[in-house]
Amino acid sequence: MSTRAISSPRTTGEPGERILRYTLAERLNHWFAALTYIYCLVTGLAFWSPYMYWLAYLVGGGPTARFWHPWFGLAFAISVLLMYGMWDRDMRITEVDRRWQRQVKSYIENDDQNLPPEGRFNYGQKLFFWLMFWGILFLLISGFGLWFVEGIPWSLRWLRYLSITVHVIAALATIGGFIIHVYMGTAMVRGGFTSIIRGEVSSDWARTHHRLWYEQVTGKSTRPGSEIDN
Amino acid sequence: MSQQALQIVRISGHPGPVPGAGVERTEQVCKLVDTTTCIGCKACEVACLEWNGYTFTDTVFDNSYQTMPSTAWNYWNLIKFNEHEREDGTLQLLMRKDQCMHCADPGCLKACPADGAIVQYSNGIVDFQQQNCIGCGYCVSGCPFDIPKFNAETKKMFKCTLCSDRVGQGLEPACIKSCPTGCLHFGTKEDMSFLAESRSKQLREHFGFDKAGVYDPPGVGGTGVIYVLHDVTNPEAYGGLPKDPQIPFLVRIWKGPAKWIGNLAMLFGVIGVTLHYFRFGPKEVHPPRDENGGRP
Repeated sequence: MSTRAISSPRTTGEPGERILRYTLAERLNHWFAALTYIYCLVTGLAFWSPYMYWLAYLVGGGPTARFWHPWFGLAFAISVLLMYGMWDRDMRITEVDRRWQRQVKSYIENDDQNLPPEGRFNYGQKLFFWLMFWGILFLLISGFGLWFVEGIPWSLRWLRYLSITVHVIAALATIGGFIIHVYMGTAMVRGGFTSIIRGEVSSDWARTHHRLWYEQVTGKSTRPGSEIDN
Repeated sequence: MSQQALQIVRISGHPGPVPGAGVERTEQVCKLVDTTTCIGCKACEVACLEWNGYTFTDTVFDNSYQTMPSTAWNYWNLIKFNEHEREDGTLQLLMRKDQCMHCADPGCLKACPADGAIVQYSNGIVDFQQQNCIGCGYCVSGCPFDIPKFNAETKKMFKCTLCSDRVGQGLEPACIKSCPTGCLHFGTKEDMSFLAESRSKQLREHFGFDKAGVYDPPGVGGTGVIYVLHDVTNPEAYGGLPKDPQIPFLVRIWKGPAKWIGNLAMLFGVIGVTLHYFRFGPKEVHPPRDENGGRP
């Protein structure tokens, strides 16, 4: 599923029109990933620090959390794999992204007019996607080392220590991305949160945040000297 | 296990103060295993099973007198046999009673994330509290002696308790009580260290074991089980006793600096996005007329 699946014949880019940004499958998968990730986050933080162990009681206590954490992790990994299937093409880093990256200060300070127009996903979103993609890969591999208590023989115990270290580093990296992702999706980029629930954005929103994608799905050009004002 | 008379001085996965820490000054208890007088009768293995209420189960024969390859969740005490070939070609049958070492600085306790699943009493005994155990197996990673064992059915970890229930009532551990040769001793750490040193001296001076010595590894802060070995320079020969046991480096990093760096990073992450919102606020959607093509 790529941008082509998103553009519908009815999309004309008229002001006030709603444009489909995420298909139902994409939305469901996103929330499946969110749910499983948050479960792993809550239980993982409980195992991480005695000061957050109380979080385990929210989901049924330590042994229950220990039992389900790997399963939810596996479910999250499958979800990310599906996401990869859906979004791989849209997530590839392009020349536009490299120019965008150089102007990232403008993005942070909300001076978006200084930024080159982006496609369906901007460079930050792509970074987050690949962070989660590689993050879950490392979490999954190291997680298998931790899942089965006596799965690693004593003679290979260095694998145990390595698993713990990799699991911790990868988890912290995804948490960093997760904090920024939730902040941007709910507070910073208005309209983003509803788009991942109902799937639609306004054409103004699309033009503002993802102009190249807007042009692609509407067939309209917004470059200087073109029919910008319709 | 029983803790009626025992003060707890350290608790795994525990935020805040520990009730028994600094409350009373208690003698450190210690088990002394003199490998030079062990005859490998395994009475201690039987006594351990009987006292702790386990029965014999199927085991693995490995061309040795050893009952099974390693201790198990329901077999906490195991004599490890090794036919050791000395430099002059003669054989020496080494027998070492393997069990939890009750480290002064226990790696299992350090690695454990579950509040109260592992405790250390003021007398030095390190004890698992199965009702708090979540079965994660981190204690296995923290232990340099391969001691905590997993019951896959109940998903709880088990190991030797140094008979904390007996010791709490003024009795010696079951294994000590059963030993027919007197190679096992129990008492204060101070007394046992003295006894072990005198025995080592005797071995060096009267029995020709030049390298005889006491195994009380400082890497884990000393242990509540100490050995007299014929050759203290080669503890590995005694069924894989590590030469310089330490809590694994990565485990120490994980439970030490990584914890604080990680926690601060997460905290600053949350504070950072909050400050960003206060300073810059949400991104506005530009209506088409404001755009002028959108490029500067």
